[in-house]
Amino acid sequence: MSDHVSMAAGGLPGESRSETAFRARERVKSGHFRAKALIPILYILFLLVPIYWLVNMSFKTNGEIVSTMTLFPHNPTLKNYATIFTDPSWYMGYVNSMIYVVMNMVISVAAALPAAYAFSRYRFLGDKHLFFWLLTNRMAPPAVFALPFFQLYSAFGLIDTHIAVALAHCLFNVPLAVWILEGFMSGVPKEIDETAYIDGYSFPKFFFKIFMPLIASGIGVAAFFCFMFSWVELLLARTLTVTDAKPIAAIMTRTVSAAGIDWGLLAAAGVLTIIPGAIVIWFVRNYIAKGFALGRV
Amino acid sequence: MARIRLDHIRHAYTPELAKADNYALREVDTTFADGGAYALLGPSGCGKTTLLNIISGLLTPSNGHVRFDDTDVTMLTPEARNIAQVFQFPVIYDTMTVRENLAFPLKNRKVPADEIQRRVADMLRRIGLEKKADRKARGLTADEKQKISLGRGLVRSDVNAILFDEPLTVIDPHMKWQLRSELKQLHREFQMTMVYVTHDQTEALTFADKVVVMYAGEVVQIGTPEELFERPQHTFVGYFIGSPGMNLLPCALEGGAAVVSGQRIALPASIGPVAAGKTTELGIRPEFVSLVPRGQGIPVQIDKVEDIGSERIVRARLGDTRLSAVLDEDREIPAEADVAFTQEQLNLYADSWLVARR
Amino acid sequence: MEKTWNNKAWFFVLPVLLLVAFSAVIPLMTVVNYSVQDTFGNNQFFWNGTEWFKEILTSERFHDSLIRNLIFSGLILAIEIPLGIIVALAMPKKGFWVSVCLVLMALPLLIPWNVVGTIWQVFGRTDIGLLGYTVDALGIDYNYVADPFAAWVTVIVMDVWHWTSLVVLLCYAGLVSIPDAYYQAAKIDGASRWAVFRYIQLPKMGRVLLIAVLLRFMDSFMIYTEPFVVTGGGPGNSTTFLSIDLVKLAIGQFNLGEAAAMSLVYFLIILALSWVFYTVMTNAGTDKPVKEISE
Repeated sequence: MSDHVSMAAGGLPGESRSETAFRARERVKSGHFRAKALIPILYILFLLVPIYWLVNMSFKTNGEIVSTMTLFPHNPTLKNYATIFTDPSWYMGYVNSMIYVVMNMVISVAAALPAAYAFSRYRFLGDKHLFFWLLTNRMAPPAVFALPFFQLYSAFGLIDTHIAVALAHCLFNVPLAVWILEGFMSGVPKEIDETAYIDGYSFPKFFFKIFMPLIASGIGVAAFFCFMFSWVELLLARTLTVTDAKPIAAIMTRTVSAAGIDWGLLAAAGVLTIIPGAIVIWFVRNYIAKGFALGRV
Repeated sequence: MARIRLDHIRHAYTPELAKADNYALREVDTTFADGGAYALLGPSGCGKTTLLNIISGLLTPSNGHVRFDDTDVTMLTPEARNIAQVFQFPVIYDTMTVRENLAFPLKNRKVPADEIQRRVADMLRRIGLEKKADRKARGLTADEKQKISLGRGLVRSDVNAILFDEPLTVIDPHMKWQLRSELKQLHREFQMTMVYVTHDQTEALTFADKVVVMYAGEVVQIGTPEELFERPQHTFVGYFIGSPGMNLLPCALEGGAAVVSGQRIALPASIGPVAAGKTTELGIRPEFVSLVPRGQGIPVQIDKVEDIGSERIVRARLGDTRLSAVLDEDREIPAEADVAFTQEQLNLYADSWLVARR
Repeated sequence: MEKTWNNKAWFFVLPVLLLVAFSAVIPLMTVVNYSVQDTFGNNQFFWNGTEWFKEILTSERFHDSLIRNLIFSGLILAIEIPLGIIVALAMPKKGFWVSVCLVLMALPLLIPWNVVGTIWQVFGRTDIGLLGYTVDALGIDYNYVADPFAAWVTVIVMDVWHWTSLVVLLCYAGLVSIPDAYYQAAKIDGASRWAVFRYIQLPKMGRVLLIAVLLRFMDSFMIYTEPFVVTGGGPGNSTTFLSIDLVKLAIGQFNLGEAAAMSLVYFLIILALSWVFYTVMTNAGTDKPVKEISE
């Protein structure tokens, strides 16, 4: 805002000056907005173009992909998607992924709830060491565990089962869930627990009836992150499965054959793996940062 | 140092709200004298913080002008207005030392280094933080941090005004008194125009020379603490200031007397006439209500007596109207008694506004 | 919050303990077991002491992938952290567009890692990929399959694409937690835009930035799937990072002893980093304004 505006506006009486004030301020605001908005817009463009390219390819025929460089499908086709949705060896990949992801989500959150409560409410022998040790598992490179996991689950006859992958992913998801839930639980004042006990609630009743609703958003966020990290991980999932429980992301490699790569099919399969994440992310958009920082923002 | 003139200020947060006549500030037209200590007092949502932000320049009013002395500053930025502000939560620059915090506004204004050093040293002494001058500001207590924010304002000796937005909110109760008296002390030393926003009447009444009571976007009274106590201009002021607030008894007028629940109460002769058709109420501070033996005053029913240490509060009913009286601790309170009012302290309100005296 | 001392809390932790013991301790024990033994096949193992560790610690191959990984982590930090800060600073602070930004930016984080690899493998090809085609059309020689430099550029751009949003989200969370009063005070103090960043925004983002740096460092230190899909560690060994090297050693060459020793060394490095991370997470953030209210 400049002196010029103030002087010009100052000369006008009553209502019209107020209009000027509003206008002057809006102008400053919107001008400011446009210049600054360029950065996130460019950044989002950078993120979306490669994804768009995948989507674009998924609607093309292989002939079009290989022969010409087209910015959008000239002969749009749903054939690639049709292949996936009609061939059990394709769509079962999605079912397999979903099954072990959901299993992992349930196991991780269920196990993490009481543990997170203990960490947020009590001090006990070795608590800090335990908390740290849990964290190290989140930070453990899956590559280190791939081979021993294979041998361990072979010994139990669990290879190529959904539960094997679900359990393997607990390696990093349980610590994550504990950390996130502990962060949310620490935000609930301890007086709530004490009041509930005074009112005669037993511990289980208190935990399920009072405490869990209070940290519902935390449970949602923890579940989301378990879902997500189980969904995006492939090294362990592929190592532990052969056919019956093979995740979609691993099945995608089937598009490579003697005749070359079926690019359209590969793209369509890729697009379909992006969709579940894109849907659920809307519900946790305000907690994403908190989850990535292990509940510590 | 400057006189602050608020010339027919109105404010709505958006043009839409303005069109709907939904103003956060309905109309404020007043002047704060140079060097005065003013408190803006009122419940939350009364517009006091809006008014403060308009003075500081964080908001531009929808209508009206702000003038510092004779300069119109309505459209100037906070920086250009040359004011200082202390916020509800201590705003300090965490990574700087106390000394660097105090030097920051001067450095930004390109004050010569030796001048900065001199003024900062002086300010450290005045706010009593010399010993912690080279400590990181983040480690200090809340009241020390508030002193730093104040010091950052005072260090610019030429500021037009210092504005306080509920600055004692996060201060421990036992520190509040001390910090407030230090504020008063600094005010006397610097003789700056100070505007202090609060919803706490004790803070307002002890800090300010003049208290501006606000209610629903309007200034209802500006006065010294005594004036607010003895002659509230509006029933809201009577109710809001004092503990318990002023007794308000709906009444009818009959000659020179007010009739409350069939009881005639003689009014001071100086109270002016009231136009017909207005709702009238009789106001009397509980401090000016006394108990007299049965038959000598206005009969009331005593409900209960609250002992609050140095005094006792009698809760009673006159007909259907509730009435409080504040009595000395050592006075005997009979189970049945009448009340008497100190006639000179009776105030008459018509449509909530005080009826002027002749 | 004051916590009470109660050793019965161990019962609450027990399920987690059993689960993680099963999925972490037992496998780790097998690794330790392998690392001190050798075999000539037929499932006959014999004690080999610390030989594998000596071998891995002096192995040029291990040193090379370690150095490659450190350079990679350093580069992506140098790009992602400043870029993340800049984007976070420019993001809108409230309203509908915040949600749109957050959701779109989080999108790459939710894509399976091999699909991320696939997207860039396709995108970078000069025959069918928009990026490769465009770069090629500009007359720049670009082939990530044959040229180590192009492979590195691709892998780094891919990681920036994949993970910068994490830095943005964390920084953004730090930025929105700054009360308006700080900006107002800075205005009144006459602070420049740079001073506002340097003395208000950066200090308030300090903790989340530290988290971002540590998370990005550790995750990039264990990167496997994405570069493996794009380059397979090549051309040559030019993009063979620690995890890729480890899998090659263990599954490709079935050199269990050496792979196990490498796993443990690798794990110890991560452990040390985790400790730094843990200390930061649990000790920082004692000067939040929120705390003062509760006191």
